[in-house]
Amino acid sequence: MQILLGSLLNGLVYGMLLFMLASGLTLIFSMMGVLNFAHASIYMLGAYFAYDVSRYISFWAGLIIAPLACGLIGAAIEVWGLRRCHRSGHAAELLFTFGLVFIIQRLVMMIWGTLPVPYQVPGSLNFTLFALYGQNFPAYRGFMLLVSAGMLLSTWLVLKKTRIGLIIQAALTHPNMVAALGHDVPLVFTIVFAGGCALAGLAGVIGGNYFTTDSGMADALGPIVFVVVVFGGLGSLVGCFIASITMGLVQTFAVTANGSISSLFAPLGFDLGGDTLLGEILTLPIARIGPLLPYILMILILFFRPRGLMGTRDA
Amino acid sequence: MLKRVFRAAALAAACGAAFWGQPSRAGDDTIKIGYIDPFSGAVAAGGDASLKMGQFILDYINSKGGALGKKFELVTFDDKLQPAEALIALKSITDQHIPFVASCVGSNVGAALINAVNKHNERNPDNRVLLLNCGQLATELTNEQCSFWHFRFVGNVAMRAVARIKSLPKTVNSVYLINQDYLYGQSIEHDTKKYLAEYRPDIKIVADEFIPLMQIKDFAPYITKIKASGAQSLLTGNYGPDLNLLIKAGVDAGLNIRYDTYLGHVIGAVTAIGIYGDGRLTSVMEEHDNIPVEEQNTEAEEFFKKWRATHDFAFIGVPGLTQFEMMARAINAAGSTDAVKVALALEGMHQKDLFGADNIMRKEDHQLLMPYYEAVLTKNVKYDVEKTGLGWKTEFKTTVADETLPTTCKMKRPAS
Amino acid sequence: MSDATRPRDSALIANRRRFQGLRAASPWLAVLAVAVLLPWLFYDYAHGRQNSFMISMFSQMGMMVIFALAFNMLMGEAGLMSFGHAAFFGFGGYCVAHFLNAAAEGDFPVPLELMPLAAGLSGLALAIVFGAMATKQRSTAFAMITFGIGQLMVTAALMFQHFFGGESGVSTDRQSAYSLLGINYAQGLEVYYLIVAWALIAALGMHYLTGTPLGRMANACRDNHERAQFMGYNPRMVRFLQFALSGFFAGVGGGLYAITYEIVTYDAVNLPLSGNALLMAYIGGVGTFTGPVLGAVLITAMQSGVSLMSNSWVIYVGVLFIIMVTFAPTGLTGIIKAHAPLARAGRLGRLVVPYLRLTSPGLMVVLGFVGLVEMLSFLTIGAAEGKRFNVLGLSPNLHASPPWLITAACLSIGAIWLRREARLFHRVWDTLMADLGPAGNR
Repeated sequence: MQILLGSLLNGLVYGMLLFMLASGLTLIFSMMGVLNFAHASIYMLGAYFAYDVSRYISFWAGLIIAPLACGLIGAAIEVWGLRRCHRSGHAAELLFTFGLVFIIQRLVMMIWGTLPVPYQVPGSLNFTLFALYGQNFPAYRGFMLLVSAGMLLSTWLVLKKTRIGLIIQAALTHPNMVAALGHDVPLVFTIVFAGGCALAGLAGVIGGNYFTTDSGMADALGPIVFVVVVFGGLGSLVGCFIASITMGLVQTFAVTANGSISSLFAPLGFDLGGDTLLGEILTLPIARIGPLLPYILMILILFFRPRGLMGTRDA
Repeated sequence: MLKRVFRAAALAAACGAAFWGQPSRAGDDTIKIGYIDPFSGAVAAGGDASLKMGQFILDYINSKGGALGKKFELVTFDDKLQPAEALIALKSITDQHIPFVASCVGSNVGAALINAVNKHNERNPDNRVLLLNCGQLATELTNEQCSFWHFRFVGNVAMRAVARIKSLPKTVNSVYLINQDYLYGQSIEHDTKKYLAEYRPDIKIVADEFIPLMQIKDFAPYITKIKASGAQSLLTGNYGPDLNLLIKAGVDAGLNIRYDTYLGHVIGAVTAIGIYGDGRLTSVMEEHDNIPVEEQNTEAEEFFKKWRATHDFAFIGVPGLTQFEMMARAINAAGSTDAVKVALALEGMHQKDLFGADNIMRKEDHQLLMPYYEAVLTKNVKYDVEKTGLGWKTEFKTTVADETLPTTCKMKRPAS
Repeated sequence: MSDATRPRDSALIANRRRFQGLRAASPWLAVLAVAVLLPWLFYDYAHGRQNSFMISMFSQMGMMVIFALAFNMLMGEAGLMSFGHAAFFGFGGYCVAHFLNAAAEGDFPVPLELMPLAAGLSGLALAIVFGAMATKQRSTAFAMITFGIGQLMVTAALMFQHFFGGESGVSTDRQSAYSLLGINYAQGLEVYYLIVAWALIAALGMHYLTGTPLGRMANACRDNHERAQFMGYNPRMVRFLQFALSGFFAGVGGGLYAITYEIVTYDAVNLPLSGNALLMAYIGGVGTFTGPVLGAVLITAMQSGVSLMSNSWVIYVGVLFIIMVTFAPTGLTGIIKAHAPLARAGRLGRLVVPYLRLTSPGLMVVLGFVGLVEMLSFLTIGAAEGKRFNVLGLSPNLHASPPWLITAACLSIGAIWLRREARLFHRVWDTLMADLGPAGNR
């Protein structure tokens, strides 16, 4: 029971962080058809900016400034880069963001060095919120949950209840009609792209001191975020939410599973071990196989249901 | 038309490449050491620390005259903890005719280097290199994978395991094993269990877990499991972020457990545990800043003080100092940097380390035998670590005789 | 043309065909000659031995040429972007490593020269398995599935000790297998020639495939998917076959990798390597057959050469890639081909002066950019690694402002000037193109 509750909480926190990252990516993908490979790189930039700001001003200032900076960078990428690639098609836009990944990673190493930077949890949040079966739940994780939930709520409010949100929703599916109605659709695209990048930056501010802030952050989290986006489906924030929480829980619970696939069959009298690759796959504990699960899930869903769980647009 | 284009392009590439020309030959005014370690990636901090210690040591050795009247020089290569990159670096080193290769991090890299050096030396008898292992600990490297060209200047996992297990207090009845899933972590797990069975059969191993190398950033789920298991001691060979983040998650969760580590003295772990580590964090090491105080060795104390004046992390390079003192003596004895001659000079060499202990480079497996100290992190010691106010205090010590363990090495010696 | 059965005319036709055959073969022969002679250009006559750095670079080029061409079978020919293609390259490598180790035990008596073929077959097998899954979709979904496959392979390679060797990878010895030609492959030069031979075979194979019905149908599916379906072809089958064959050739490249480096680790299947293939194919030009070859040679040269002097080659390649994607999506060969109409009309000479006018500002921009990148890189990375900053024999002090101001000025002035020259160039180009008229051979 202790493990169950503890893992549930941990999985929830991780899942919400994934959601913060994936939501921006889903919005961008749904609206512009551009899969922003550099999304995790913006997340990394957000963490580094927050580190710098929290060093000179404070963590709370970083919470505001870093996402804004990332949003501005996103706007710049969209206006000067993606718009020009747009005429060459979606492939060119994808490749443009792909090239950005390498450049941003190297830039980060050039500006902040190759060692991880000591981006710490602020002192005001560094206490224990409550104890669960003798294990402390740090307040900072509660803070992360709060910020992610607040961000989800405000994004949903903006999209559903404001005028700009309505325009964005319309441009999601019928950009040409919206343009014909007189709205500045390129500006809408820029706003959405910048907004997505700001969300990624915010995720970086929160996650950078929860994990470590180093130049490999983007490579560590990037693939999982793509899996979440694809799994949840395009054009659906709710699907993205479900997928993020699912992935977070799957990865966290996998760690706690001490059995292996062969141990499932042991009571039936089968001995599935053996000194071969297949034997290894079957006898390796699920805790070790955990990292493979997201990719297997993604491949399965793309094979059977390419729209993802709740996608409104075909991939 | 395209054929012309392609020819032109190929020629242009060739000319461009020619402009870069041939890499320079090893200069005759210094003795170069090709130093391969991770300077980027997850363990960059470790590689960086090793480099700084290496430079400090070489400055000291060079001030004493170096070898054959020349100074030593480090030529660094970043392997990102990947064996393939290390091999590319090795290629570059041999292309430049540098006679020595040193590498300190990652037994997987060490194994690949031994393999590659064996092949290279066999195929290129006019351009042989020696491999100096300054930190790749898996016991296999001087057992099954031993090589005439490989010399290990730090204690291997088995030697550390002896010190680790013998030093566990009688009050510890249950341990939770957690290690990195690669050659080194597997070596730790194997030797820990072996010596637990031999010296402490009363201790119960409640779990025996492997984690992927340098990938996990959030250890909270593991802490949950460890807490649920009720183990008294977390016995781990982890290092770098795999140890620092594990400790950090444990501290965050308020886990009341002993951290009995193999590499808790490497940069970052003491900072991660902070004040919470008082009496909880132990490690087995070749040196710490308070040994000279405990053993009343003023020369060693001065050496450490000189390092502390300019660095905020602990100097754990005493074996490195021994390594270069031995290299200088061996090169002088051999009269050149020829691999075979230097190797023959190194074999069986005795060398007093900074604390005055007699280290022996065993001829059978090229493993340097040295004593080990087990120490606990505590207050009320003269020198603290990483400015935390806590420092190491020796609880247990082994002798060179204790550390002279059997080896399964069947070394193939070169004909010439 | 009169009746071809008349003896004199049939001799003429036969001669013409032979002459055309020779013309078609001459680019291949020229490239082969260059490849064979290349190591001798850099031979170290002073010491009587080969320049092993250059040989390593050329060997890498050979492998990457095969890989980039295999990748282009999907991207350029079939319009399928694959982000996990290194999975097949690496799998071929792992298999050959195991085959060689088995040969050392005496269990696998295949000669070294045919090992790349075994690697290719392994790549084919894996591509059939994964292709059945991946080719069910196309376009973005296909890209994502291949991405997932690539990541799956990387994670598996790190996880499983048995086949993949985990973090240590699989080590092998190329001298374990016997040689059909009696060569012992101890020297890098011998391995290089093996790579050249296989690169030629693979390139010939892939070139031949572009002319087959499968190749043509792949082009058709790329250009207009619905129409190809209406013509009665099954695009899924076309994609699948193209994917499988592409996996075969990628495997061949991987086998050569295992033979050259004698170790295969997870970075033979990871994303940067897949990305490399993408970069090479795209920069060279995906629309042509020689594009990926050019791209592979250029990028490998940049990686090897620039990395000697600086660690920032990633930035240069990345920036080059982004510039190509934005301004020249047809790649280098596309740019060269765009000049073809002018060359045919004999008007190419008119562009010499505009190009010359572009070189000075271009050089300024490049130098300014490179300078800034290197200096910034040195301050954070280079200094930590104990390196010294030398430029043309000078050691500028990077903590003072003059070097920074100079390079920044160089970059900004160069950029403004380049913009002006570029606009003028465009005007000249447009005029020349317009002069060719609508009938001008485009």
